[in-house]
Amino acid sequence: MRTLDRKLVRDFARLRGQVAAIALVVACGVATVVATRTAYESLVGARDDYYARHRFADVFAHLERAPDALRARITTIPGVAAVETRIVADVTLDVPGLDEPAAARLVSLPDGHEPTLNAIHLRSGRSLDPTRRDEAIVSEAFARANRLEVGDTIGAVLNGRWQDLRIVGLGLSPEYVYEIRPQDLFPDPRRFGVIWMSRAALGPAFDLDGAFNDVSIQLAEGAAPGDVIERLDRLLDRHGGLGAYGRDEQLSARFVEDEIRQNRITGTVLPAIFLGVAAFLLHIVLSRLVSLQREQIAVLKAFGYRDSSVAAHYLALALAAVALGAVLGVAVGLWLGALMNSVYRDFYRFPSFPYEPGGPVIAIAVGVSALAAALGALSAVRRVLALPPAEAMRPEPPARFRAGLLERSGLLARLATPARMVVRQISRRPVRASLSVVGLALAVAILVLARFFSDAIGTLAEVQFRAAQREDVSVAFHEPLGTAVGFELAALPGVLAVETSRSVPARIRAGHRSRRIAVTGLPPKPSLRRVVDRDGRPVATPPDGAVLTQHLARLLGVGPGDVVEIEVLEGRRQRLRVRVASLADELLGMSVYLDSRALARLLEEQGSVTGAWLRVDSREASELYRRLKRMPAVAGVGNRLAALRSFEDTLARNLGVMNFILVVFACVIAAAMVYNSARIALSERTRELASLRVLGFTRREVTEMLLGEQALLLLLALPAGFWIGKRLATLMAEAYAWELFRLPLVVTPRTYGFAALVTASAAVVSGALVRERLRRLDLVASLESRD
Amino acid sequence: MQSPVFRARGISKVYRVGDVLVTALSRVDLDLHAGELLVLLGPSGSGKSTLLNILGGLDLPSEGNVRFLDHDLSSADDPALTRFRREHVGFVFQFYNLIPSLTARENVALVTEIASRPMPPEEALDRVGLGDRLDHFPSQMSGGEQQRVAIARAVAKRPDVLLCDEPTGALDCETGKRVLEVLARANQDLGTTTAIITHNAAIAAMADRVVRMRSGAIVEEVRNSVRVPASSLEW
Ligand SMILES: Nc1ncnc2c1ncn2[C@@H]1O[C@H](COP(=O)(O)OP(=O)(O)OP(=O)(O)O)[C@@H](O)[C@H]1O
Ligand SMILES: [Mg+2]
Repeated sequence: MRTLDRKLVRDFARLRGQVAAIALVVACGVATVVATRTAYESLVGARDDYYARHRFADVFAHLERAPDALRARITTIPGVAAVETRIVADVTLDVPGLDEPAAARLVSLPDGHEPTLNAIHLRSGRSLDPTRRDEAIVSEAFARANRLEVGDTIGAVLNGRWQDLRIVGLGLSPEYVYEIRPQDLFPDPRRFGVIWMSRAALGPAFDLDGAFNDVSIQLAEGAAPGDVIERLDRLLDRHGGLGAYGRDEQLSARFVEDEIRQNRITGTVLPAIFLGVAAFLLHIVLSRLVSLQREQIAVLKAFGYRDSSVAAHYLALALAAVALGAVLGVAVGLWLGALMNSVYRDFYRFPSFPYEPGGPVIAIAVGVSALAAALGALSAVRRVLALPPAEAMRPEPPARFRAGLLERSGLLARLATPARMVVRQISRRPVRASLSVVGLALAVAILVLARFFSDAIGTLAEVQFRAAQREDVSVAFHEPLGTAVGFELAALPGVLAVETSRSVPARIRAGHRSRRIAVTGLPPKPSLRRVVDRDGRPVATPPDGAVLTQHLARLLGVGPGDVVEIEVLEGRRQRLRVRVASLADELLGMSVYLDSRALARLLEEQGSVTGAWLRVDSREASELYRRLKRMPAVAGVGNRLAALRSFEDTLARNLGVMNFILVVFACVIAAAMVYNSARIALSERTRELASLRVLGFTRREVTEMLLGEQALLLLLALPAGFWIGKRLATLMAEAYAWELFRLPLVVTPRTYGFAALVTASAAVVSGALVRERLRRLDLVASLESRD
Repeated sequence: MQSPVFRARGISKVYRVGDVLVTALSRVDLDLHAGELLVLLGPSGSGKSTLLNILGGLDLPSEGNVRFLDHDLSSADDPALTRFRREHVGFVFQFYNLIPSLTARENVALVTEIASRPMPPEEALDRVGLGDRLDHFPSQMSGGEQQRVAIARAVAKRPDVLLCDEPTGALDCETGKRVLEVLARANQDLGTTTAIITHNAAIAAMADRVVRMRSGAIVEEVRNSVRVPASSLEW
């Protein structure tokens, strides 16, 4: 081993505390990259593979009813490669052991052959026998959640007729990778599932013999979905088309895509922050080391060591710390990646979803962290290399002391000597002090960011399930009913209050931008279901003019006062021009709200109802559910508390894992930062402190001076860290603004408190370590040594 | 007389400190001959270290010309100066400047590893009487011992010139004498051209030639007819 390398090894061992701190921070960065990127790649791989193998369609449309003959016309649309027509219907189910009715989406499978598109993947059992009208294949997740097996029977209301369905198989479909009821955010497999039945069975059941109400299209290579959608819409217009849409608006595909995008952002932003901190930490540690070893560097240069060898020496020190961190980070990252993959398995149903971490990802993660380290290290070493060796030989000039403002104000004179020295020390080296403050502030900021996610989700749940939704039970109908249904519901057992609404599928347009949404008519003063902004404050629906979700307005590029075109996609299919009255800063979904009377006027109807919200006496809930299950008009029944529970359960699993990791990493980084700051202060000041001891200062006073300085720096860093943390949270909230939901930018006092507490605890522990070193300080040795 | 090893002509050095210009050397001429032992005397701030640093290729003159054999040091770039120091010069500093994390042997090896015809570190340390302290760290040695390690480090590469900036400055008389003896022996045994800076006029007696400096200029040059052995110096 070369002697210079020996010095490297010894320095490395001597600096082990700081090296460990840097390695840990690097490990956090590398682990986040490895975990998120490998999980991301597995997800993308599983998805792409699944979509391709099972011929997931590109364009989808639902309609009222079209004769089978229309299929041929659809096939002739330029850009269409394959067409599948089906019967799709939403029904309520009676599942053994579940009080409230479950909802299911019935999807027809062609008789006697594989579907051209959206093939299902049979997990167990067998395919349907078209001659048997009662056979069904049930989605695996739904079956699992309800303990249903092949051979079991479930009751369903098909088009108003009660029917028993016999389960012959369990399956998966690329259309329902993320299997949720429209309007929901998280899967609730106990209450929602997909059921496949033969076309021969569903045709008669829904009066759709020789007809279809759903079409999927596969695009030819290079065909633009926009053109096909437009032509398809024109074809389906006379058949009650509800507006065709591409994969970008297909619910399941959209969720998977959002998860992938979110993962990509998390996998970029967080490691960038962590590695930035690592580079910064390395920069501080090496800068200090280099200036402490200034004379050693001069000797090396005097004896003819090249600048490049000296630089390489310090770079090697940095890279060794990084290598240590990288190894640890890769190991932890792979473990976490597998964990994330297993969480994904709960959410996303793929026939096969292996976790196969790729070598390139790991190489990139390690490479990027090495680069960050090199950046941090080089900037520190460069300064000394620039010095001519004769200059470096001279001890660093003593800090110039100027009587600052504080000094002149006379305030300082009133402080005790140690306190005065603390203030002087900081004001004397403002750059170094600010660097320490920035470092500590970053640590605080990361802690704030880590907790921000739970704050945001907590607020989201609060706003959605307490401020917006206040009903106990929600009911959706298959088709618009007269207002009398409100009285019918009120007469059911246990119903304390009823509020009805009218929802109509529409396409909203502004200029060339458009979106498929639901236009909802609300009573003037709703009390069970309200439109609320992100703070949970109700947003009033004015007597005329529409209220738009802010995110929708942004996508359409409109604001209050602008006029939008609403193309109604049912009934008489009016094209209405409506003024935007105001925007609602909603967190979930995208909607358009109107006063119910205004909507009725626009639709030229006497008032009709597509849904209702009920307040229910819980003691009579079972009886109510029993009755609702058998009401033919009812398409679905929702339960607010159940939805809240599934929201919290799923989150506890999904975000829980990610969040826990983030908080742990943030704590590690904060502790590393604080410890380093204290250790550097100690090694810089050993001689000075020893001199003070010799001059007669007590050990206690000397300790107070050193730790007091650290405490003051931390105090300055806290507000700065809060501010940076909030900025980072804003960045994240903006990055997470999807069409399906948005993260509210909420940072609670508890989060600030948590960040302060963790940093302060790290400071106390580091302080104790430093005090212990001070206690063992060898006065003579530290005065003699120039290292 | 043979041509000088070093030949400095009209060298000046001006430092800029803030808005103030500090003249450390003004138009100094100096020759240094092969095998010669030169002592540089002068009060603090007179420019001794500046001159020595320029001769050793640690610094460049602001003006003037320095030649080492056929190298022009005053116009050399950084890599050339580094090569010059590596191949030809050994330094001894007032504060020893050993690497604290390396043992005596390793401190010497640090330099021999990059030299072209070095002696083994053990031999160099043996020469300075530290053959039994090979594996001691600087912190385990006295100042005089550390300075001897520094000298071993400087001579182990068999340099053409040995430049010593106040090698005894931090040592007591007895220890200082031992260190000087070691230097004189290296000069005699290995024929190394040696320049020693000191504040201590008594040391001048051991030199072939004594140069006295004041305010950045050479004010006196004396050639000793006999060299007094370091052991019989008194101060
Ligand atoms: N890097 C520098 N920057 C500014 N001034 C310098 C620098 N190096 C030397 N000087 C100044 O040049 C002058 C000569 O310094 P030099 O170190 O050569 O003196 P010296 O004779 O070695 O003194 P001493 O015996 O105290 O070591 C002094 O006034 C010194 O302050
Ligand atoms: Mg000097």
